[in-house]
Amino acid sequence: MSISHIDTDILIIGGGAAGCFAAVEIYKKSPTCNVVVMEKAHIERSGCLAMGLNAINAYLHAGQTPDSYVAYVERQFEGIIRKDLVYSIVQGLNKAVKDVEDMGLPIEKNEDGTYKMRGKRSIRIFGERLKPILAEAVQKTSALVLNRVVATNFIYDGDRVRGAFGYGVKNSTFYVIRAKAVIVATGGASGIYKPNNTGEARHLIWYCPWNVGTGYAMGIRIGAEMTSFENRFVALRVKDVNAPTGTIAIGARAKQINARTEDYLELYYKHLGGNKCLTQHRVLATIEEKKMGRGPCYLDTTTLNESDERRLKEDFLNMNPQIILLWASKGMNPRHKPVEIQGTEPFIVGGHCQAGYWIDKERRTTIPGLYAAGEVAGGAPKKYVSGSWVEGRIAVTTAMEDIKDVTLKDIDTEVIQGEKARALAPLTKKTGISPQEVRERLQKIMDEYAGGISMNYALHEERLLEARRLLKCLRDRIKDMTAVNNYNLVEALECIDRIDVARVLVEHLIYRKESRWACYQTRLDYPEKDNCRWLTFVNSLYDSTTDEIKMVERPLCS
Amino acid sequence: MSIFIDENICNGCKGLPEARCERICPGDLCYRKENMKATIRDQSACWTCACCVKECPVQAIELRLPFQVCSGGSSLKARLKRDKTIWTIWDAEGHQEEFIIQARYLKGD
Ligand SMILES: Cc1cc2nc3c(=O)[nH]c(=O)nc-3n(C[C@H](O)[C@H](O)[C@H](O)COP(=O)(O)OP(=O)(O)OC[C@H]3O[C@@H](n4cnc5c(N)ncnc54)[C@H](O)[C@@H]3O)c2cc1C
Ligand code: SF4
Ligand code: SF4
Repeated sequence: MSISHIDTDILIIGGGAAGCFAAVEIYKKSPTCNVVVMEKAHIERSGCLAMGLNAINAYLHAGQTPDSYVAYVERQFEGIIRKDLVYSIVQGLNKAVKDVEDMGLPIEKNEDGTYKMRGKRSIRIFGERLKPILAEAVQKTSALVLNRVVATNFIYDGDRVRGAFGYGVKNSTFYVIRAKAVIVATGGASGIYKPNNTGEARHLIWYCPWNVGTGYAMGIRIGAEMTSFENRFVALRVKDVNAPTGTIAIGARAKQINARTEDYLELYYKHLGGNKCLTQHRVLATIEEKKMGRGPCYLDTTTLNESDERRLKEDFLNMNPQIILLWASKGMNPRHKPVEIQGTEPFIVGGHCQAGYWIDKERRTTIPGLYAAGEVAGGAPKKYVSGSWVEGRIAVTTAMEDIKDVTLKDIDTEVIQGEKARALAPLTKKTGISPQEVRERLQKIMDEYAGGISMNYALHEERLLEARRLLKCLRDRIKDMTAVNNYNLVEALECIDRIDVARVLVEHLIYRKESRWACYQTRLDYPEKDNCRWLTFVNSLYDSTTDEIKMVERPLCS
Repeated sequence: MSIFIDENICNGCKGLPEARCERICPGDLCYRKENMKATIRDQSACWTCACCVKECPVQAIELRLPFQVCSGGSSLKARLKRDKTIWTIWDAEGHQEEFIIQARYLKGD
C-alpha cells in the first residue's frame, strides 16, 4: 500500500455538475492556479448526470424576475428558505446555462434563438452527453483529475481544513492532498432508507446510488454546522424504474389520475390547490389515494398522439433509459396505457430540498478553508443542475479570493497514519459483518422508525427515539465490518458515512415538532404546521469528543 | 439482470489498459475476467444507467431490467456518434424501434 502526497491550491471533492463547473471556472479566472479534482467514479460519467438530462429545471425565462423566482421557491418550501442564497443562485442561472451551451450542450430553441419554454422555469435540452461535455471542458484545463479516488475525510487541524484524504481503488493508493482551500461537491445522499425495490432491482432508484452523503459525513465529523436535514426529499416517480415524472407531467402535460380515472388532485385535494398544488402535495395525495383504496395512481398519457409519444421517449432516452425498457416489455405504448406512479424512499439532498452545509452567501461553510456547492450545500432548494453550476462558480470566486495569504501546513504523520488505519480497517479483518448486512440493517431501521416507505413517510417521537438508540448500536458495530477487496471497502466506507448522516437526520426529525413539508416531514404527534414557533432553520453540530449532536436554531434572513 | 454482456461479441477492449466499460461505470461494476471478457460484479448494484452500453465500441452490452420489476423481455442498445446517439429497442415480441437523437453541438454548428 503506497501513500501519494499531492499539494495544490484548490481541491475540489466530487467531479459532478458543481465540481466540474468549478474546475473550469478556476481555470478561466487564473490558468496558473493549481487545482485537483478528486472523483469517486470517472468524471466522464459520474454522479446524478451519469445517464444524462433532458431538462434544465432552473432557468429565468423572459417575464420572470429574480424576485418572482425566489417567491416561488419560498412558497414551495412553506416559508423556510435562505432567500439570500436562492437569490444569488437565480442571478447566475442564465449565464451558467449559456456557458454550458457554449461547451457543446444542445438546447431546444425558438426561431428567434431564445430557449423554448418547457415549463415556467424549465428548458428542454438534449443532455444525454451533458457529463462528457463537462468532463471535456475540465480536461482542457490544467486541473489534475484523480478518477476512482474516494474521499474519506478532511484534513482538519481544529483551525482550518487543510486538504483531504482519499483512497484510490484502482491503484490501492492512499492519497494525502494538502490544499489552501477545499470545495466539497459530493452531491446528496441515497441508500439511507430502504428502497422501493429490493433484491436484484435494489439500485433501480431515482437518485445516484453512489452519492451516499460522504461529503455531509466528512463535514459532520469535523463539527461543521448542517442545516435542514429534516427537509427530506420524497420524489414522485414512475413505479418500479423510478424515472422522473416531471418529463411526463410538464413535458407531455399529463394529469394525475387514480384507479377510477378521476383527476384526484382536482377532485379531492382542492384545498391544497388541486392541480396547482405544491410538489410535496402531489406525493401526499398519491399516498392518500392508496390509503383510501383509490390507487394505484397514474399519469394519464393516453391523451398523447404518436408524435408526442415519440418525443416523450426521446426525452427519457436522454435521461432515464430504463423506462423505455419498461414500456417496451409491455408493448411500447404509453399512449395506450397510463403510467403508474409512486413515491420513492426519502433522499437527503440539497438540490431539490435543502439538506446540507450551513453556508454564507459566498459559499463558505462554518469551517475555515471549506466551501460547499451543489446538492451538498444547504438552505437553497430547487437549485437543480443549473443552480449547482452557479454555486460552483460562487464557491470558486470566494475560495480564490480567500487563499491569497494562506500557506500549506505540515501534517502530522500520526494524523495520516490514523486516517489510513481507520479507512482501511475493514480490509484487515478476516471475519465480521459484511457491508451489505450493515446497509440493510440501517435501511430497515430508517424505514421502520424514521418514516420510510413502509410507514407512508410519517414520523413520531417514540419511533424516532428508538431510531436514535438503534443507530447508536449500529454505529458501535462498525468496528466489526470486513471487506474482501477494494470494491467492498468502498461499500463499507459508504455504510459508515450513511450512518453518520442518518444520526444527524434523526436528531433533526426529533427536533422539529410540527408538520411542515407533507411527506418530507410529517409528524403524527404534531400534525399541524406551526408558523409561530417553527419559522426557523433547524441546524446541528456534531461534537466528536462527546459523540453528541447539538441542535441550534437559526432565524430566517431576508 | 440489468445488463447482459454477450461474450461472443465482447473483444475485451484488447490493447487498452482498462476496458471501456470498466472505465466508465459510475459504480465500478464492470471488469474483465481472466479470459478478457467483460462481466459485472454485482447485478443488484447496477443503476441501469446505460453508460457501459453506450461506451462499448462493439455493442456487446445490452440494457435489460431485472426480472423482479419486468417479466416481459425487452432490451436496449446504444451507439455513440460524434454528435448523436443511436438507440435500438426491442420489445417482448422482438419488435424493434430506433431513435437517433442529437447529443452535442460540434464546433461550427
Ligand atoms: C435521475 C436524476 C434526474 C435529474 N433530472 C434533472 C433535470 O431534468 N433537470 C435538472 O435541472 N436537474 C435534474 N437533476 C438534478 C441534478 O442532476 C443535480 O441537482 C446536480 O447534478 C447536482 O450536482 P452536484 O454536483 O451537487 O452532484 P453530482 O452531479 O451528483 O456530483 C457529485 C459528484 O461527487 C462524486 N462523489 C461522491 N462521493 C464522493 C467521494 N467520497 N469522493 C469523491 N467523489 C465523490 C460523485 O461521483 C459525483 O461525480 C436530476 C437528478 C437525478 C438524480
Ligand atoms: S448500466 Fe450503468 S451501473 Fe449498470 S453496469 Fe452499466 S455503467 Fe454500471
Ligand atoms: S467495452 Fe465492450 S468490448 Fe470492451 S470489454 Fe467492455 S464489453 Fe467488452
